[in-house]
Amino acid sequence: MTAQASRLAEGGRWDIITANHAVAHAARLARVQVVPAYPITPQTTIVEYLADFIERGELDARYIRVESEHSAMAAAIGASTVGARAFTATASQGLLLMHEVLHWAVGARLPIGMAVVNRAVGPPWSIHVDHQDAISQRDTGWLQLFVSSNQEALDSVLMMYKVAESPDVLLPFMVCLDGFVLSHTYAPVNIPDQGDVDSFLPPYDPPHWRMDPDAPITYGNLVMPDQLYMEMRWSIDRASRAAKDRLKEISTEFAEKFGRYHGSAIYERWSQDSDYLMVASGTLASEAEVAIEELRREGESVGLVKIRLYRPFPGEEITELAAGKKGIIVVDRSVSFGHGGPLASDLRASLYHAEDRPPVVGFIAGLGGRDVRVRDLKAIFRSAKRKISEGVDRVSYWYGLKVREVGE
Amino acid sequence: MGVVEVRWHGRGGQGTVLASRILAKAAFYEGKWPQAFPFFGAERRGAPVMAFTRIGSYEIKLRSQVYEPDVLVIVDPLLVRLPDVYRGLKRGGTIVANTRAGPESLPGEAETRGTVDATGIALELGLRVAGLPVPNTAMVGAVARVTGLAGLDSVRRAIGEMLGSRAEENVRAAELGYERVRVI
Repeated sequence: MTAQASRLAEGGRWDIITANHAVAHAARLARVQVVPAYPITPQTTIVEYLADFIERGELDARYIRVESEHSAMAAAIGASTVGARAFTATASQGLLLMHEVLHWAVGARLPIGMAVVNRAVGPPWSIHVDHQDAISQRDTGWLQLFVSSNQEALDSVLMMYKVAESPDVLLPFMVCLDGFVLSHTYAPVNIPDQGDVDSFLPPYDPPHWRMDPDAPITYGNLVMPDQLYMEMRWSIDRASRAAKDRLKEISTEFAEKFGRYHGSAIYERWSQDSDYLMVASGTLASEAEVAIEELRREGESVGLVKIRLYRPFPGEEITELAAGKKGIIVVDRSVSFGHGGPLASDLRASLYHAEDRPPVVGFIAGLGGRDVRVRDLKAIFRSAKRKISEGVDRVSYWYGLKVREVGE
Repeated sequence: MGVVEVRWHGRGGQGTVLASRILAKAAFYEGKWPQAFPFFGAERRGAPVMAFTRIGSYEIKLRSQVYEPDVLVIVDPLLVRLPDVYRGLKRGGTIVANTRAGPESLPGEAETRGTVDATGIALELGLRVAGLPVPNTAMVGAVARVTGLAGLDSVRRAIGEMLGSRAEENVRAAELGYERVRVI
């Protein structure tokens, strides 16, 4: 879409803003009611913009200045428990400090919204992007969606509230956006009209339970092994799987209403008529789209699969696209130490039962904000083709190290 | 048109990052798709800083930094002397620099060279922050003239929208930068 054409397609108002500003607009448009806030680079400007919106009377929400990220999530849990739409944002060590209460939000089935501005984890200290922070929360049960543009960040917060609050889901979500590369980059964003958002996203009305002094219940009691703990875990797993179906419907509904479609659990290009697929998420996938365009012009047969939804994992969707391919190349921006890239290993596991199962070769790249350029992604593709023909002997290879392990 | 990449070099406090955004906004008014971002480091007043503007006809999907700029803008007069500043400039590229020297003083590898005394313009108009001149808007005017990436009217509009109460003198600075830049 050209800039001109896309401007004609929708209502709303255009501005050149950062993804952090876009996320704050999304929270405002979603009419979030409680914002517990604790600053951390590169997230801080999100909660600062929200403070501005509240101060100017553009958002009617309770802003709670808490003393830590753990408290931020605890406050969001309290707010959601009484039926409020809650929103917060964090990054890196802040997200790690929240870890205990992230599980609580899931177990209590609270559809809290959070922006995670992806940043490497220390030590050594780094403020720059990788996905280690969010990936480390993989097994909490939070829905995790990675975006690769400012517009996608705004739109995804709106869509994910609707997904999370669906009666068969009721799980919290994080929209993950790359630190600095999105959070501090200015690009055109269409900011939808409040009326259009209101008709897309109705107020949150908990269908399952809420804390109410006039109708007291208890929640979170001790359960014995022969009681329903295990069944409640099973229901979380089922709800997470349902979220993928809801996202599919809601992405289509959003596209019809606002004229923008960013994909659903995945976003793909050229996947049908390609011998190879390159898989990545976040802004790496955006850079890969440019690299793949160049590779295709040079005669290579390769398509793109961007993993938007990491949990629930789009295993079926990728398996379907992978049938008949010569190879799948996965670029991870995080690492599961002692094993390989998380995307690569999840994707390999999903493909295991496929009849026509192509080889998968993973690469770990761009940790701690190491820039990954078009030429790097093209080099990764060429290296992957060689490895696929010679035989892949591990989940993931490290790309672009300035030091080499002896013998590697 | 492909994507045109602009790399800005200045010092913390000179409004270099803001300049990269003003040019982006001005180009957007003309139907282009811009992207602007600072070098992701730790900026300090007085230390060298970099910022980038990309301008394309379609949505820009590139997310890496700019290594081989089409246009190099030097906002601080002393940085003109640093060889590192010119690293990666594309063959046939453009340099626009804030210096009292003429454009022939800039490296000849660039196909188009422009110079303007943007610091002089800032001092003339009283554009100072913490006592130091802020040459950024004069440079945006000069860049608009030399590169044609945005028209002067769009630059005026972008400054008007972004600088609020300080817009008037900054629009004037852009106009003077546009008028006074010398190009070869």
